[in-house]
Amino acid sequence: MNLTLRIWRQKGPEDKGRMVTYPVDDVSPDMSFLEMLDVLNERLILAGEDPVAFDHDCREGICGMCGLMINGDAHGPQRGTTACQLHMRQFSDGETIDIEPWRASAFPVVKDLVVNRNAFDKIIAAGGYITAPTGSAPEAHSTPVAKANADAAFESAACIGCGACVAACPNGSGMLFTAAKLTQLSLLPQGQPERYTRVIGMVDAHDEAGFGGCTNAGECTVACPKGIPLNTIGRLNRDYLKATAVRGDTPGS
Amino acid sequence: MELFTEGDPIADTKAPAGPVEKRWETRRFEAKLVNPANRRKMTVIVVGTGLAGGSAAATLAEQGYHVKSYCYQDSPRRAHSIAAQGGINAAKNYRNDGDSVHRLFYDTVKGGDFRSRESNVHRLAEVSVNIIDQCVAQGVPFAREYGGLLDTRSFGGAQVQRTFYARGQTGQQLLLGAYQALERQIGLGTVEMNARHEMLELVIVDGKARGIVVRDLVTGEISTEMADAVVLASGGYGNVFYLSTNAKGCNVTATWRAHRKGAYFANPCYTQIHPTCIPVSGDHQSKLTLMSESLRNDGRVWVPKTKGDDRNPRDIPEDERDYYLERIYPSFGNLVPRDIASRAAKNVCDEGRGVGPTKLGVYLDFADAIDRLGRKAIEAKYGNLFEMYERITGEDPYEVPMRIYPAVHYTMGGLWVDYDLQSSIPGLFVIGEANFSDHGANRLGASALMQGLADGYFVLPTTIANYLASGPLDKVDASHPAAVEARTDVEDRIQRLLAVNGDRTVDSFHRELGQIMWEHCGMERSEAGLRKAIDEIRALRDQFWQRVKVSGTGEELNQSLEKAGRVADFFELAELMCIDALHREESCGGHFRAEHQTPDGEAQRDDDRFAYVAAWEFTATGEPAVLHKEDLKFEYVHPTQRSYK
Repeated sequence: MNLTLRIWRQKGPEDKGRMVTYPVDDVSPDMSFLEMLDVLNERLILAGEDPVAFDHDCREGICGMCGLMINGDAHGPQRGTTACQLHMRQFSDGETIDIEPWRASAFPVVKDLVVNRNAFDKIIAAGGYITAPTGSAPEAHSTPVAKANADAAFESAACIGCGACVAACPNGSGMLFTAAKLTQLSLLPQGQPERYTRVIGMVDAHDEAGFGGCTNAGECTVACPKGIPLNTIGRLNRDYLKATAVRGDTPGS
Repeated sequence: MELFTEGDPIADTKAPAGPVEKRWETRRFEAKLVNPANRRKMTVIVVGTGLAGGSAAATLAEQGYHVKSYCYQDSPRRAHSIAAQGGINAAKNYRNDGDSVHRLFYDTVKGGDFRSRESNVHRLAEVSVNIIDQCVAQGVPFAREYGGLLDTRSFGGAQVQRTFYARGQTGQQLLLGAYQALERQIGLGTVEMNARHEMLELVIVDGKARGIVVRDLVTGEISTEMADAVVLASGGYGNVFYLSTNAKGCNVTATWRAHRKGAYFANPCYTQIHPTCIPVSGDHQSKLTLMSESLRNDGRVWVPKTKGDDRNPRDIPEDERDYYLERIYPSFGNLVPRDIASRAAKNVCDEGRGVGPTKLGVYLDFADAIDRLGRKAIEAKYGNLFEMYERITGEDPYEVPMRIYPAVHYTMGGLWVDYDLQSSIPGLFVIGEANFSDHGANRLGASALMQGLADGYFVLPTTIANYLASGPLDKVDASHPAAVEARTDVEDRIQRLLAVNGDRTVDSFHRELGQIMWEHCGMERSEAGLRKAIDEIRALRDQFWQRVKVSGTGEELNQSLEKAGRVADFFELAELMCIDALHREESCGGHFRAEHQTPDGEAQRDDDRFAYVAAWEFTATGEPAVLHKEDLKFEYVHPTQRSYK
């Protein structure tokens, strides 16, 4: 396959950035999208040009490090697939492909296609955990968990923190990410004691980090490579309302 | 010139004497403690945020120490532990199928082909039960039965169902549990997190590990960080083969730099080749993808009986198929340990019975399981793995059998540590895959997660206190001459890499190094092949330093420079791996020497000569390494020829 790539190049956070066109020939349909970028970069290096910086690590769709807007879609055209798992057989010979970084004010560009997603870590640090210091745990079977709840918790826990939801959202909102973690922990008995302080902490951190609000556009769940359902945001809203009405640290709440 | 010389033997002096089941308790009681008021005055550096590093950093901070944590990824949540699919072993015996701490201990020592330490392995089996408790308390969504209790499944090398799992994403869920505990401490200000930072040198002051030199991967800034102790949790070195199931960034630099500063490197040739990976599709291949071993619970492995049978697999009748694992190993069948399954796949492909376009593949077939259990049940168990397979290959495994082939997956070797997980440099601790200690010559499936979390949550936090309690150490800062020298070394090395400005990319060298290693130091090794590999590695390394082309500067985000530094270290490691493989004139676990096999082609150990850990001491670049032997004693599990027939 022969392709034309138009790639966002930006030297650093202060640079204005622009799209640059690169033809790439002899692409095999069995290559992954990132392997196709590797081929381009090898050529750029030998030509004495700066290779395109992009984040990636596991290349098997689980670490969440890669993230590219491909023809305007977060992670590209294939549903339920990260950019690293996308293969070139999804494209056709002669196609022009636009490749851009995540665009959201909470994710500033570091260089080219690399963005800073530290805001996600801050949301987790603000409550996305169950306080259980090492050594304090009771016997695992002392608290059974209904299978339906365990399975639904797992479904939300499958989030890889890639940020596609934010990139796809017209408001640059991080609600799906935040709601996925809240849903996982609120469905488990172990997560109940901190349930309402958690939702306030995480939503506040989300807002402080510069993410936009959720207007139920639903783009996030479509872009999500792990299919985190939109109803997690409903759960978040319900818990948030309850938490603001009845402070979570009030006895009996 | 000789390849190595032999030095004094070493002993693991920290493991207490007495019955094996009392040793950890004894050690915990005898280990010195640090008063809570003093802990906050002490700083511990932890490099790496996988299961071992993440859990250690969180636990040390919970105990009150000041922790500085480093990872090369953009977030601690992305360490490669996240990719572990199948599960985590624990001797809970919830199934009432005869499991116990002793049986997990026994299976692990045997699975490691009698090349691990009994004391360490027993401790691992003991704390395995606490790990499950800890993870459940953190909200890890393990698979459960309808009654609400935890489900378990079988894994290779065991006849009990002791593997806890979270669909095919167990590593992810365990890592997120540790990551969340770590983020909690970051939020509390007890852990100072440095993502996108790479350790490039170890700082030793008065014989003790006191700090590291790191590069900020975004700005290129080099800084020196000092502490009371340094913990390396930087993972394994499988990427020396270029193609492996490791993440692209996984590298040996942290441990190799420590090795060059005096930490012994143990059993570097023990590498695990995982039997069930998606085969290579072409020269562009940048990494290999694992299909979880759990698939062997229901999938049946086969190849055609006749050479060159190119028919569609569904058109090949039952009696013309060879279910070779079931045939050769009737009692374990498709669930033989990884080393055995991998070599069996290689053998049938060498006979010309491999399948797929490259003929380097065997079938993993679910047709029987789908008939027996229904498609829905298979979807529930393995749905995400089947989808992943289809995305990569374009084939639907519900309809056609998967094609699989072995790939480099894990490295049992690593920095030598004593029972306290302390390396041969005082104050330098090594945990998780980065150390060598618990898996011998072959790791059993679902044991890496167990070991990473055992080290990080339970073992290191106890043993490091014993070291710190011997302080206080003199206050030193980055202006100490040893720290300045380490920093200058890092800066010089970066300048050297940038200055070559040759005509070949880093990846082209890495790929070629990987081919040499896969050919001669992979699934089967021989004296002639290893000698050839050593010559080729040396020649290629010289070429690297004359011809590599690294673009850009050191003062920016420069991924080509990052790779160059890692590959330069892989060259040095590769040579030591081959020397280790050459000197070990026996076959054991993942180390298979063609000259040493039983009449029916199984690994032939030589316990009289090789029942020891080979711990290598670095001397100088290009000078022979020094071999120190640590004899292994087996008081409880008596070495036998492993048999899974």
